[in-house]
Amino acid sequence: MKTLEIPTFECETGNYHTFCPISCVAWLYQKIEDSFFLVVGTKTRGYFLQNALGVMIFAEPRYAMAESEEGDISAQLNDQKELEIICLQIKSDRNPSVIIWIGTCTTEITKMDLEGIAPKLEKQLGIPIVVARANGLDHAFTQGEDTVLAATTHRCPEFNPRTTNQQKEDVTKSVAIDVAPTKKRFDRKNKLNRFSLVLFGSPPSSVASQLNLESKRQSVSVSGWLPSQKYTELPALGEGVYVCGVNPFLSRTATTSMRRRKCQLIGAPFPIGPDGTRAWIEKICSVFDVKPDGLEERENQIWKIVSDYLEIITGKSVFFMGDNLLEISLARFLIRCGMAVYEVGIPYMDRRYQAAELLLLQHTCKKMKKPMPRIVEKPDNYSQVQRMHELQPDLAITGMAHANPSEARDIDTKWSVEFTFAQIHGSVNARDALELVTRPLRRRSDFLLGCHSLSKQTVNV
Amino acid sequence: MKLAYWMYAGPAHIGTLRVASSFRNVHAIMHAPLGDDYFNVMRSTSERERDFTPVTASVVDRHVLARGSQEKVINNISRKDEEQHPDLIVLTPTCTSSILQEDLQNFVNRASLSSESDVIPADVNYHRVNELQAADRTLEQIIRFHLDRARKRSTLDRSVTNAPSANIIGIFTLGFHNQHDCRELKRLPGELGVAINQVIPEGGSIKYLKDLPRAWFNIVPYREVGLMTATFSEKEYGMPYISITPMGISNTADFIGQIEKLVNVWASALLKKKLNYKLYVDNQTKFVSQAAWFSKSIDCQNLAGKEAAIFGDATHAVSITKILVKEMGIRVSCSGTYCKHDAEWFNEQVQGLCDEVIVTEDHTEVGDTIARIEPSAIFGTQMERHIGKRIDIPCGVISSPVHIQNFPLGYRPFLGYEGTNQIADLIYNSFNLGMEDHSPDVFGGHDTKQVSTKSLSTDRKDINWTPEAESEPNKIPGFVRGRTKKNTEVFAKQNNILEITIDTTYAAKEKPST
Repeated sequence: MKTLEIPTFECETGNYHTFCPISCVAWLYQKIEDSFFLVVGTKTRGYFLQNALGVMIFAEPRYAMAESEEGDISAQLNDQKELEIICLQIKSDRNPSVIIWIGTCTTEITKMDLEGIAPKLEKQLGIPIVVARANGLDHAFTQGEDTVLAATTHRCPEFNPRTTNQQKEDVTKSVAIDVAPTKKRFDRKNKLNRFSLVLFGSPPSSVASQLNLESKRQSVSVSGWLPSQKYTELPALGEGVYVCGVNPFLSRTATTSMRRRKCQLIGAPFPIGPDGTRAWIEKICSVFDVKPDGLEERENQIWKIVSDYLEIITGKSVFFMGDNLLEISLARFLIRCGMAVYEVGIPYMDRRYQAAELLLLQHTCKKMKKPMPRIVEKPDNYSQVQRMHELQPDLAITGMAHANPSEARDIDTKWSVEFTFAQIHGSVNARDALELVTRPLRRRSDFLLGCHSLSKQTVNV
Repeated sequence: MKLAYWMYAGPAHIGTLRVASSFRNVHAIMHAPLGDDYFNVMRSTSERERDFTPVTASVVDRHVLARGSQEKVINNISRKDEEQHPDLIVLTPTCTSSILQEDLQNFVNRASLSSESDVIPADVNYHRVNELQAADRTLEQIIRFHLDRARKRSTLDRSVTNAPSANIIGIFTLGFHNQHDCRELKRLPGELGVAINQVIPEGGSIKYLKDLPRAWFNIVPYREVGLMTATFSEKEYGMPYISITPMGISNTADFIGQIEKLVNVWASALLKKKLNYKLYVDNQTKFVSQAAWFSKSIDCQNLAGKEAAIFGDATHAVSITKILVKEMGIRVSCSGTYCKHDAEWFNEQVQGLCDEVIVTEDHTEVGDTIARIEPSAIFGTQMERHIGKRIDIPCGVISSPVHIQNFPLGYRPFLGYEGTNQIADLIYNSFNLGMEDHSPDVFGGHDTKQVSTKSLSTDRKDINWTPEAESEPNKIPGFVRGRTKKNTEVFAKQNNILEITIDTTYAAKEKPST
């Protein structure tokens, strides 16, 4: 695979604020309706979850902590027995179709053999147990989802082209009779049917069906999603299956589906913003040899619809501190919207998985005549705050730890975590994404004019 | 291992961080993996803090796991020292560092050689203590460190102030209504002619700690944090302390009584007079605080004999129990706390005031108890509020853990005479809400929910929703669902669409809202 020549990659100390990757539980338990997430770790993890998830915790969530106590750490207690008791209780209380164990730093450090225990308990309980190591030693925030999806990849049924073809051929036959197609068209149909397209990533279900619709418009049908709405309906994977990611943080899932399940990865930019969505669908079409139809008009139409928002942000500058790996795609989208991006902080940059996105970023910069932003991997928040102080961006996209203090220093901020929970994928949601970006700029009120800084701290940080 | 969904008190390092970040110019460095600096988010959002939280992580990653921290922690300490010149750096252990068993003391020793700031490791055992105990311990540790050193350097000023003065110990960040309580606590002794020497840790400066012993006595308003510091100062520096929480009328009177006693120890010698606060207490009780009058009024008569359940930290649960029973004549069916480490004191305090006592950290046990008792009102934490919601019983929040709405901007102390007013409101409103809620039910309800939903889209009959499309709005969060549905219908009408399909819903969404 070709690597990109981007001179502006940098790597700092990794002293930055982000959510612990176990937070993926929050959206995944809602996405996979018949699942139960068990986070194995100490009180620290539980405290984080209950505070980060706020109100959700009171809604009888399908997740819980297996809280390690002193006896577990010093191995006075037997891990397998302890987990067995807990999982039996979960089975009798909730009867899920799958229990997903989330390994944390604690299980990592004490070297608890979750992968080894799981198959044994699985047999005993009769419930599949998936193990994902979403710990803060190796991962940041959204990468938690990546570990869960990568682990789930192994559980997808095997793709069998023969049975699928059989069914589909019947359909094509009936179509053939009805429409009396030319030979060429029949060939194309036939070719399409030999392959299956599985999208991975866990957007809310309505976003998933919107993206399905986008590709259906180009007569490419999506045969399944990883994860599916139910664990029992996981899509088939195997040779002849094309997979494509909808989120930039899913590199492990991509690798696993390629290496372990022999799928073909479609490396495309991510469907964030109308430009991203178009590039994404174009890439998929090109793989299936379909000539995309009406994409340009559609993109232009969306740009027209959001023109009121564009007016607000064009010419403004933005600084991404970096914490959720959506940064490259968002930066690309915002540059296309006419913003200047000073810096793109990002926890981890997979140059291969994000290659197409990076290329699109370069093209977008060229097209919009904007300089290529600095991309800072593993940023150092302290230094970033110093840089922001010098650059005075119009908007900073930061974590909550820095949002209020930055606001107090007269830098408008948008809380980055909202981008992971809001619907920002596909053309349909371009407005929602811009709604988020423009909110701090729209709410500027006049009465605070004159008091620029509301902080008493004058020394840096 | 234990199955857990929720915890009342957080892990130990949170307590240490709360104390450290409450002092001025003190920086805490956590030895923790990425993502464990969630404390910064809590402080920045719940307390709406304007300044950057002085907490950084010395990140534990794979390399640290393999080779140990080596120079990393020390480098991080020196770096903070250079960047921000804090007076003190507190190296904070987390569960991760306690499992790794790294020698934090060694890091501290080495870092102190090169850094201008003082450096100490927080001495808390992650597995043995919770957030509150750790906070108590850390506060004592910091005070002890500075007082002992001042004594060694003979910079310690041990002469008491000329006028009566007191230290307030235990006000700190993310504490339940602590900021407001602090204001009230400064005012109350002020009216008695007692000056406040220092408030620690909130807003306190390490530089002035050496003057702590100059106060005539210490005030420890909350049982959870500050007692260790107070007993240490008593033992080492002979400073008496008051540990009565001035919450509720009689407790406040007792509190003032204690102040009187302690002030008079020195007063005859230094002020050549004896102080008497009886008149002040009388006046405040009868006329400044409305609570005494309120409990006499007809409103409160209606509450007599009603049942309540109480749960919270030891300080608040005990005080509210006393207020309800002794000052308002409400029957407390159950009083409980999650401060298991202080169970003995708690039991002693609420003995004879309630029907049953629960001491537990398990919220389901609390929920089950409340559901069984079916009180008219609950006074508890955020968790009990949600329990109450589920079983339709009103709840007043009286203790941590709490959400952002319990960090009000307006003045809402729980302590002192203004506090009694606030508490009276809280209690009355909770009970009254329950009654208001019930009476419409008795009369068949005046709720017009059904009618209003019909009128939302009166001409629905000419627009059909396909079953698929019908289910689409259900995927949208409830609070915008109605509007989305309406927008879709308006869109369909404008475009002469007779049947709404899924495509229509998306097309409607793409249209700019006018």
